Amino acid sequence: MPGLEDLYREIILDHYRNPRNRGELPVPPAHAETGFNPLCGDEITVYVQVDGDTVTDLRLTGQGCSISQSSASMMSTAVKGRSLEEARAVIRTFKAMMSVHEARLDGDDGGPVEPEVALGDLEALQGVVKFPVRIKCATLSWNTLTQALDSIAAPAS
Amino acid sequence: MAIDAPATPIDVASIKKDFPILAVEVHGKRLVYLDSAASSQKPTAVLDAMDRYYETTHANVHRGVYTIAEEATRLYEDARKAMARFIGAGSPSEVVFTKNVTEAINLVARSWGGANLHAGDVVVLTEMEHHANLVPWLQLKAERGIELRYLPVGEDGLLDLSDLDRTLAGAKLVAFTAMSNVLGTLTPVRRIADAAHAAGALVLVDGAQYTPATATDVSELGVDFYGVTGHKMLGPTGIGVLWARAELLDAMPPFLGGGEMIRDVRLDGFTTNDVPWKFEAGTPPIAEAVGLEAAVRYLETLGMDAVRAHERHLTAYAIDTLTARYGDDLRVHGPLDADQRGGVLSFAYKDIHPHDLSQVLDESAVCVRAGHHCAKPLMRRLGVGATARASFSIYNDEADVDVLADALADADRLFG
Repeated sequence: MPGLEDLYREIILDHYRNPRNRGELPVPPAHAETGFNPLCGDEITVYVQVDGDTVTDLRLTGQGCSISQSSASMMSTAVKGRSLEEARAVIRTFKAMMSVHEARLDGDDGGPVEPEVALGDLEALQGVVKFPVRIKCATLSWNTLTQALDSIAAPAS
Repeated sequence: MAIDAPATPIDVASIKKDFPILAVEVHGKRLVYLDSAASSQKPTAVLDAMDRYYETTHANVHRGVYTIAEEATRLYEDARKAMARFIGAGSPSEVVFTKNVTEAINLVARSWGGANLHAGDVVVLTEMEHHANLVPWLQLKAERGIELRYLPVGEDGLLDLSDLDRTLAGAKLVAFTAMSNVLGTLTPVRRIADAAHAAGALVLVDGAQYTPATATDVSELGVDFYGVTGHKMLGPTGIGVLWARAELLDAMPPFLGGGEMIRDVRLDGFTTNDVPWKFEAGTPPIAEAVGLEAAVRYLETLGMDAVRAHERHLTAYAIDTLTARYGDDLRVHGPLDADQRGGVLSFAYKDIHPHDLSQVLDESAVCVRAGHHCAKPLMRRLGVGATARASFSIYNDEADVDVLADALADADRLFG
């Protein structure tokens, strides 16, 4: 049975206590997207500034548990300054790590997924998959960022 | 606050033996189940009654003429009589089996509301309602433009009735909970019901938390519609009750269409069955009704006044224990006087997120709910995103509260 130390790794608690890239960006030129976790009421707003092909800035507001807040904080440092393509690759890789459990439920063992990019500190969140209820906490900011990037790529007419 | 001597006739040590799940260990520790407001555990009497039904009597109801079908029908209708007795209904025909309170309220909104609520008509709710008593009315607001008004919640966690008469003026329906599933607050049902009737409105009460905790008499409460959920009162999931005054049910159009609810069907139309069957389309949850009757009998044996006394004592003990031990680090939401609340205790501990708190408590096999408790407008009113909630039933005792109090200290290790 997984223990709390699998979930609450030191790097996670550090990002929770000292969240990076907190705050807002002026909209426009930045784009803002808000995501909700209907399970627990957590909500997060992601502000993304894209210039040309680069995510030049990313800020976060909102409230949530240590897992959702630290995941968002780590996401911001992992994505900021990357090209859009690289940012998408980080998102895909992170989501693949988080979907291990769901894949097993589908009966699709699938074998190890070859990571597209190195996740670095984000790998500390791997322990979350042992606590299935908390996966939605970890992925909230990532899904919200995906929506923001999709909106930027295809602005509403 | 004074704590009563635990001189209640509820013998928790003996009761715990009636609940097999309480012998389960989690992380090698005794299960401390403090989430009965979400769903209560089930005594052996309920589980056995349902097994016995399936093993000896199961058949569809109101259809077959053979022996076991008649027996199944008798058991199903006996359960209706038991629920009528348990909530003080004038007649079993006023008791409609539903899936839960959610379906009971949706039934009223769709059937009575569909026939009686039009654009501009006023329905009064409160800020402390469960989503089940908000969304059906918000749907009618979106679909046909009814007006919704809300009785506010004060800082003390009680309903603020200072503007009651003006809020009720011209209303057609007042719908509210008898006991908040977040704050534990017991609402003054009779007072609001009398004022509503004086204003010409009907009264619907959500009894999901109240009936498992307190002796219920719908005529004493003075309401017109009342909903109960079986799985919060030691019964199985999938069954609940809508009680309504007979003349209201008679006049209401059916909710779901199908078998059982008809008297005759032709290719060009249908006529409806008598109440309550008019509202019970399709094969009902028969085994669940049998289990619910067993739950009613179990609670009747204990006596609902004793149940209330026990949970009142335990709630007072929990508030005293937690506030004495953690002082300003722990904040109880809702009224602090156990006379004004049931055994539902939402709290904040330091600034630790309820999700994290609940995760840490699970290490001690303590089950508490963390989240918005399907009451997001109330969360906004309280200025929080979520709360941790411990809730008590007859199988909880002071030792369970002590385990909770000890386990909270563990949260400091990670988040303090």
